[in-house]
Amino acid sequence: MTNEEIIERINGFLIEEFEVEPEKIVPTANLRETLELDSLDYVDLVVIMESNFGFKVVAEDFITISTFQDFYDYVNRKVEEKKAVVPET
Amino acid sequence: MNNRVVITGLGIWSCLGKDLDEVKDALFSGKSGIGMDMERKAWGYRSGLTGIVEKPQLKGLLDRRARVGLSEEAEYAYMATLEAMKNAKMDMSWVEKNEVGILYGNDSSAKAVSEAIDTIRLKKDTTLLGSGSIFQSMNCTVTMNLSTIFKLKGINFTISAACASGSHSIGLGYLMIKWGLQKHIICGGAQEVNPFAFGSFDGLSAFSIREDEPTKASRPFDKNRDGLIPSGGAATLILESYESAIERGAPVLAEVVGYGFSSNGEHISNSNVDGQIRSLRMALNDANLKANDIDYINAHATSTPGGDFAEAQALDAVFGECNTMVSSTKSMTGHECWMAGASEIVYSTLMMQNNFIAPNINFEEGDEASKKLNIVTKTTEKNIDVFLSNSFGFGGTNSSLVMKKIK
Repeated sequence: MTNEEIIERINGFLIEEFEVEPEKIVPTANLRETLELDSLDYVDLVVIMESNFGFKVVAEDFITISTFQDFYDYVNRKVEEKKAVVPET
Repeated sequence: MNNRVVITGLGIWSCLGKDLDEVKDALFSGKSGIGMDMERKAWGYRSGLTGIVEKPQLKGLLDRRARVGLSEEAEYAYMATLEAMKNAKMDMSWVEKNEVGILYGNDSSAKAVSEAIDTIRLKKDTTLLGSGSIFQSMNCTVTMNLSTIFKLKGINFTISAACASGSHSIGLGYLMIKWGLQKHIICGGAQEVNPFAFGSFDGLSAFSIREDEPTKASRPFDKNRDGLIPSGGAATLILESYESAIERGAPVLAEVVGYGFSSNGEHISNSNVDGQIRSLRMALNDANLKANDIDYINAHATSTPGGDFAEAQALDAVFGECNTMVSSTKSMTGHECWMAGASEIVYSTLMMQNNFIAPNINFEEGDEASKKLNIVTKTTEKNIDVFLSNSFGFGGTNSSLVMKKIK
């Protein structure tokens, strides 16, 4: 999965599941504020991440994620880590 | 304090229709809402018969946070309540400024619970249940969600009383308003309709297996009945003090004049004539009415051999000399279980508003007890000033409600 594909997939579920307006998804925008995330929403984000990318996000990881770009970078990094453990066939 | 209690709003989502107009037409035409669910057969059910209830589309009506906590039955309850509040002229700005309560009947959320357990077993990780699971899984899923969505500030809890849950919710709402503790309460009942919900009930061989004729399978009081058909949805009634209704300019649809209840104190699933008679007499006494004041009885009769036999005896004991008109709308809806006590008040109020009695379809021949009753088998034009509705449940819980036309 390329970086662009990851971004496309993330934006897709944020629009579909979190009902964020597409024009509000800007790399420099604040993720929590744009999505109006509360503590319950983070739990749903964990579920969506697991079903889309196959890895579990832990709550502490969100501390370092501020913008959409941070989020894309984080997912990209985790996908790469997973690839290193389980090479794609 | 002895306030008069009236109904100012009704809402319904059932196998007969998705709003009051559709349901009124179905009742008038004696249309059955029963069909087959082949998934249940694949799951090993003895009977695949069920009420066919459409799932609401809530996207666009509610935001994500509100939707994720709604169980199937809470979705139905939301739709029914939306309709009831609209026709009671209760808008959100008024509700936010006033103390509106909710007392709703529900006695399971099996699908939500079962799916959560399946996920835990599969994933070995409870976080992956998502945030909505807990709010869908608890028995109070309807009241906890609707009180949040509609920003309610009054009494707020769920009544779990098996198949009398919806009826007791109205009875308790009536008492609270009568005694001056509340002015406006959303009452009702909700019932999930899915293979998770009815397996244990099916396991008791309580369901009809007349699968080759789904619309003829529910035949309350008929000699050849062979069991009930599970069904569901939700029904909502806005109960209000008469003074409040007049003050708000709300439509006054009917007055709640009597609530009777009892417990059989005997078998966990078998009906009991004496317990039902005590409930009926208590309701009449509370309403200060005599048996011959009742124009129509909406019977609990679910189409089980034992249950209908007992109710027919109880009705004959109390109303036998009056030849009171009786029908069971479960002949069309199937048994809406936790919802039934509320939906049957909605159905009967629609009949009262439109001057007809809906037929007890599929009644062809009475048995020893039911042949003594005046069972309405064809849609009958009739002015109804007062009706009574029965609801009975496992554990021997009985509830009878009396409603009167406001003149």
